[in-house]
Amino acid sequence: MIGQILVDGVTSGAMIALGAIGVTLTYGLLRFANFAHGEFATWGAYAAMVIAAALGGAGQTIGDLTFGWPLVVALLGAVVLTALLAAALDWVLFRRLRRHGNAIVLVIASFGASLALRSALEFGFGPEPYYYSRDIAMTVRLGLGMRATWDQMLVLVGALALMAATTAMLRYSALGRALRATSENPDLARLAGIDVARVVRVTWLLGGGMAAAAGVFLGITVQLRPTMGFELLLPLFAAAILGGIGSVPGAMAGGLVIGIAEAASVPIAGAQYRAAVAFVVMLAMLLARPRGLFGTRDT
Amino acid sequence: MSGIVSYLLFFATVALSYGVATLGLNLQWGSAGLFNVGVAGFAAVGAYVSAWITAAPADSHWGGFGLPIALGWAGAMAASALAAAVVGAVTLRLRADYLAITTFGAAVSLQLVALNAQALTGGPFGIAFIPRPFAALSESPLAFAAGNFLLVAAVTAVAFWGLERLTRSPWGRVLRALREDEAAAASLGKPANRFRLQAFVIGAALMGLSGAMQAQFFGFIAPDNYLPVFTFQVWVMLVLGGSGNNLGALLGAVMVWALWSASGTVVALLVPADVQSRAAALRVVGIGVVLACVLLVRPRGLLGERATVSRHI
Repeated sequence: MIGQILVDGVTSGAMIALGAIGVTLTYGLLRFANFAHGEFATWGAYAAMVIAAALGGAGQTIGDLTFGWPLVVALLGAVVLTALLAAALDWVLFRRLRRHGNAIVLVIASFGASLALRSALEFGFGPEPYYYSRDIAMTVRLGLGMRATWDQMLVLVGALALMAATTAMLRYSALGRALRATSENPDLARLAGIDVARVVRVTWLLGGGMAAAAGVFLGITVQLRPTMGFELLLPLFAAAILGGIGSVPGAMAGGLVIGIAEAASVPIAGAQYRAAVAFVVMLAMLLARPRGLFGTRDT
Repeated sequence: MSGIVSYLLFFATVALSYGVATLGLNLQWGSAGLFNVGVAGFAAVGAYVSAWITAAPADSHWGGFGLPIALGWAGAMAASALAAAVVGAVTLRLRADYLAITTFGAAVSLQLVALNAQALTGGPFGIAFIPRPFAALSESPLAFAAGNFLLVAAVTAVAFWGLERLTRSPWGRVLRALREDEAAAASLGKPANRFRLQAFVIGAALMGLSGAMQAQFFGFIAPDNYLPVFTFQVWVMLVLGGSGNNLGALLGAVMVWALWSASGTVVALLVPADVQSRAAALRVVGIGVVLACVLLVRPRGLLGERATVSRHI
């Protein structure tokens, strides 16, 4: 029982963690809460579906997974396309609004962008759910009463690999150092010769791409709906706040905590209140320690 | 002819009921700078409380006390004010965008309760047969529409007048001072959080009243009415009309509701029946684009906040 909660919580937590990377980076760098971030996950998931269908659909599957190579290629394509979408949204909307200097106007705009993006997708695909594959996912017994599908395990491995790559990039590459420096102090970074506009672009590309991967993973393990990213939004914010705004390792840890808390709440409160769990955890954190687990910055 | 007039009256009734929520948001955001993304939650509290108080007893949901509508509206305002006091006491000391996230979370959670606490709220089916004002006049659609319009116009006028008085009073000046420079206002001995909480509670009470009025005019409420789209509509109304200006808030409400209704009619006329529910999503895209354009082109909105200078200068 407890083992199963852990398995479910860690898999969904890993997806929340992936999405929260972008939230915490844009929040830390541009100082605004992007309500449109969940939509990147939705757009990524649907983009992968379209690409996979163009490549011949779920045709042959790999091993005991429910999907085959077309979806793996589609995942890459969706990550690239959604990263571009995020950068384009910044270029068209947020970049111009930043010049006015009021961060809250950006939040309002992102709220509008979120609804517009979601509704545009709903116009294209309708409100009904889609699946990458109708195959039944094979489960494996992991011992201690835990079981997981091969899909879940692959998604978990994929998410952890992406998180590790992001962490390594931020820690060791010149670009990652520039990103962290800009997040710490944009003016000082500019003085030090860092191209801040480029750092902002990279942040959107990275955040959008990771969110798209989270969306595809969510589509593999659950289903695709126009509201999937919107329902992810509160958990994303909760994970970012829990881990400390601006801290990528914090957002990852926060995502796992939120995922496990959600999974643990299901036997108690029922699945229908899942979204409220993230809210309650977030509120408790804001009251007890607003800077988050790993944050250094005061609210 | 009387059909068109009753339609216009009904249109104005709904637009003004949104206007009351926009006025509430204008007090919170326009005056106090409080970023509330949970408008739908407070409207939902008002709508459900008023429905419980005024509807006839029913097995499908809680309440059903069959009391007068005036009591229902008063109860709605009190309940939304109470909800705002709880939310505000917890969150108002947080930074502005944390307030946005937490009010958003509160609204999502309240909507989940409305959807899932079936014994209380009727669940996804909502509450029907909510008594309508001037139900006795319902044989004559024109008189019925006129009565409703006059009622909501009177409520709006009272709210408008009260808010104008409030925002011009020393209390309103403190709110704006806090919004512009909290440290300066605090150094003059103004308790920032108490003033903010008061503005938040009064604004939320108006949102609750708006929700209650809509529940009464439509006679039916369901959790789907209180999705974030509702919050978004009210925000677009305020931003378009001009935040910080009560007249702008009302103007924005009428204009956005006109755009919304007109786009609904256009969709109904032009789009084949089988894709209409999908095409309805395009309206939200449209209104999102309107918001983005206003923010980019004219961030003050149509009317905008008037620069106030002391009349003694």
